Amino acid sequence: MQAFWDALTLNAGYNAALVTLGAAMLGFAAGTSGTFLFLRKRALVSDAVAHATLPGVGLAFLIMVALGGDGRNLMGLLAGSAMTAWLGLLTVEWMARRTRLGEDTAIGAVLSVFFGIGVVLLTVIQSLGQGRQAGLEDFLLGSTAGMLFEDAVVIAIGGALAVAATFVLRRPMTLVAFDPGYAAASGVDVRRIDLAMMGLVMAVTVVGLKIVGLILIVAMLIIPPVTARFWTEQSDRVIWYAGALGGIAGYLGAVLSASAPALPTGPIIVLVSAALFTLSLLFAPARGVLAAVLRHRQFQRRVHRRQGLLALAHDEPIREVYTLRLLRRDGYVRGDGVATDAGRAQAAKIARDERRWDIAREVHQDAGLTGRYDGLTPIEQVFTPDEIAEFDRLIGGPRQVEEV
Amino acid sequence: MTTTPRPVLVSDTADDTSSAPLAVRGLTVSYGDKPAVFSVDATFVPGSMTAIIGPNGAGKSTMLKAVLGVIPRVSGETTIFGAPLGSERERVAYVPQRASVDWDFPTTALDVVMMGLYRKVGLLGRFRRDDRAQARACLARVGMEDFADRQIGQLSGGQQQRVFLARALAQDADLYVLDEPFAGVDAATERAIIEVLKDLQARGKTVIAVHHDLATVRDYFDHVFLMNVRKIAEGPVDQAFTTDTLHATYGGRLEATHLDQLELVGA
Amino acid sequence: MGAEFVQFSLVPILIGVFASIACALPGNFLVLRKQALIGDAISHVVLPGIVVAFLVTGVIATAPMMLGAAGAAIVAVILIEAIKRLGGIEPGAAMGVTFTTLFAAGVLLLEQSDTSNVHLDVEHALMGNLESLIWLRASGWASLTDPVALSSVPDELWRIAVVAGLISALTLAFWRWLKISTFDPGFAQALGIPTQAVGFALVVVAAVAAVAAFDAVGSIIVIAMFICPPAAARLMTNTLTTQVWLSLGFATISAIGGYVLAGYGPLWLGGQNAVSAAGMIAAVSGFVLALACLFGPQRTRAGAAAEA
Repeated sequence: MQAFWDALTLNAGYNAALVTLGAAMLGFAAGTSGTFLFLRKRALVSDAVAHATLPGVGLAFLIMVALGGDGRNLMGLLAGSAMTAWLGLLTVEWMARRTRLGEDTAIGAVLSVFFGIGVVLLTVIQSLGQGRQAGLEDFLLGSTAGMLFEDAVVIAIGGALAVAATFVLRRPMTLVAFDPGYAAASGVDVRRIDLAMMGLVMAVTVVGLKIVGLILIVAMLIIPPVTARFWTEQSDRVIWYAGALGGIAGYLGAVLSASAPALPTGPIIVLVSAALFTLSLLFAPARGVLAAVLRHRQFQRRVHRRQGLLALAHDEPIREVYTLRLLRRDGYVRGDGVATDAGRAQAAKIARDERRWDIAREVHQDAGLTGRYDGLTPIEQVFTPDEIAEFDRLIGGPRQVEEV
Repeated sequence: MTTTPRPVLVSDTADDTSSAPLAVRGLTVSYGDKPAVFSVDATFVPGSMTAIIGPNGAGKSTMLKAVLGVIPRVSGETTIFGAPLGSERERVAYVPQRASVDWDFPTTALDVVMMGLYRKVGLLGRFRRDDRAQARACLARVGMEDFADRQIGQLSGGQQQRVFLARALAQDADLYVLDEPFAGVDAATERAIIEVLKDLQARGKTVIAVHHDLATVRDYFDHVFLMNVRKIAEGPVDQAFTTDTLHATYGGRLEATHLDQLELVGA
Repeated sequence: MGAEFVQFSLVPILIGVFASIACALPGNFLVLRKQALIGDAISHVVLPGIVVAFLVTGVIATAPMMLGAAGAAIVAVILIEAIKRLGGIEPGAAMGVTFTTLFAAGVLLLEQSDTSNVHLDVEHALMGNLESLIWLRASGWASLTDPVALSSVPDELWRIAVVAGLISALTLAFWRWLKISTFDPGFAQALGIPTQAVGFALVVVAAVAAVAAFDAVGSIIVIAMFICPPAAARLMTNTLTTQVWLSLGFATISAIGGYVLAGYGPLWLGGQNAVSAAGMIAAVSGFVLALACLFGPQRTRAGAAAEA
């Protein structure tokens, strides 16, 4: 427990504190930049970008060794990974645009082929001599254990830069993500902004490589935006919610990982994020599963009740068992299948509302109001009392039907 | 209100709709929590050609899809020639909306028409020479025999629609259900399609089509079914296709000037 | 091309070919259905599947691991579908959420359980170990008819051969259902074809292919073979039958070419050691796809042909 508090309050050493802050900032930047991709329905582009970093890592290592350097210099490796990630990105773009293949196929092809080439390069490095490659596997799954102070600084600075870039570019990127047509019409270069979005995703991926690894960085780009979507319908808020969720997951994940052995940082961050997602999926107020189930059952009851009452009003038989059971429970139909007084009164009211709608459609020829007929919305919610009185006058005949 | 109460519980006794090509009772379909079709009853007359009419979003296609079991319904039941859908499927030919399929799919026009024979030859059965000949004949009936081996993506919209119709012809059904067969097709195709449909009707088949162009309703169809989420009217064109029913269906979206051109009863 | 080839290269090449075919067949339909990335998702969840299987049984054995991997793949597919429908989330994002989470859980379990001393690691799951599947008792081509020698052929070969055969048979049997429910699901449904069941079965078959293949060749080949040969074949022809045959050809070329390049390429270049065969097979399939993208006769959509 003590270890957890120390980590939570950033008292578990310089490296741990830097990694925690870096992870939080990285989470924030990943959440926000991932949101733009998610809203463009291209979430898995990040998967291609992430896998495409591997050959870059291998190439950078080989080049640095060939130049007589250490080969494990984090800056060099990250620069290499950025280059092949960018190449992968352009390849996805090119394939989706210039051939008949879909973007999903392009993504899958790029990620598997680039990754395959990366693996080939790793085996080349392996064959150069034992021990020289130490650390490169960490890019697959991430590892903060044994990280140098300079590495932690690179991550913290990288995270901060990504956040700053998101902030600067937030307006055009939001515009393009939500309404590319409008963005183009108002003079935004959509393709350039798209590339900027991808560039940001690439930057986040590269910075995150060392912490969470290239497979799990994808989770940081996708899960927070999806989670945020459950909590707001307001477009621009999704971005900041996603950033906050990503930041929390990054911070908590890094803290948890630092507080006990055998808790690798990457997976823990992802699992914290996934837990937040699961909670949102189930319990979010409007879009959550629980709310939807309740709403749908209520809806089904309303449909069946109203259909049953309409059938009563028109003296038609009711065939569906569920409808009959509902009407019985409401006291509209007796056990033997005969309508009660309450049932007939209610049926008459519904039949009257249907007549009112008929009149409304003739009187109000603007589709805006009458188009809202869906069989369920009470007419009182669409028209004012005096308008309804006017419909009743036009219906003529028996003026009042008893209200129940 | 002094009538004696009578039971509303009714067993599945046959009534006058029992042999209709298609009968629908209390059909409600919804996307999410908004009904797209609400409590619709419909009975289609054998040997008729019925236009299903209504504004965009009125639930026309949705109703047909639900009737054929393509999408689930909230409530309601349908019968095909008096029996549940499952046992009578081979008597129904369905032409989906052109936009609903992937035209980039690697297949030829003839291949698509052969799909209409899948029920006949089964999952594994081999196509025989006369099956192929039959498919070609169906293509010929829509004037597409020269395009049999063309990839479907290379056809024009009207040609694609003809291929769809040819596939329905290959099914050799008794009831033809068409979803917007005239949407986005050229005039020649429209003529070709209506000719085929009228020919089907002449041979005693029943045709139901979602239709948009009010001006041609009278020329093409003998029955109409007007709907806007719920049913507005159904019946022979002379009785059900009137100013009142159109107003009730379209509300204010129907311009009075258009009505004048429709030679409507009571206009 | 003598005894050494039979002993060291024949079996890995055959395994590579069978694995590639087993994946490319369902891959054709996945690509046409714009579900190419299901293969990606499945191959990522293989790892948690085998870790759980190991934790439950406590042994490293093929059968429980295959079951675990297949189970994880099916769980993943159901989860993706559930997230898509319940949360109203687009398929790509639903996949991303699911497979990364399961993968993370797998890595965590791996770290928590002390499996470091056994032969079970992430790299193995990713890269496979095609090169180690040698035919010990083979002494030349004659061994192909020698029952004693044949008994030492690695089990992986028989397993993947059976799976490839099974998948071919299923594809053939359900060809029409697959074709029509991919091209026109509405019409298929109206014919009474259970399109949803067909879709699910396709994904399950893909999962079986992935699981059978990963043990020998690793996940990368699995994803590459699901996507690259079918995609390349699509760019060559406008007929489904031709596309599927071509994809099998491309898969075979990639498997053989990749293995040979990995094993002998470095020697030709003066190197000492072979490189990863799995990675090289994926790379060759990518090269084939690149050629198809640049020169395939049907590389553009019908409407866009003029512009390209």
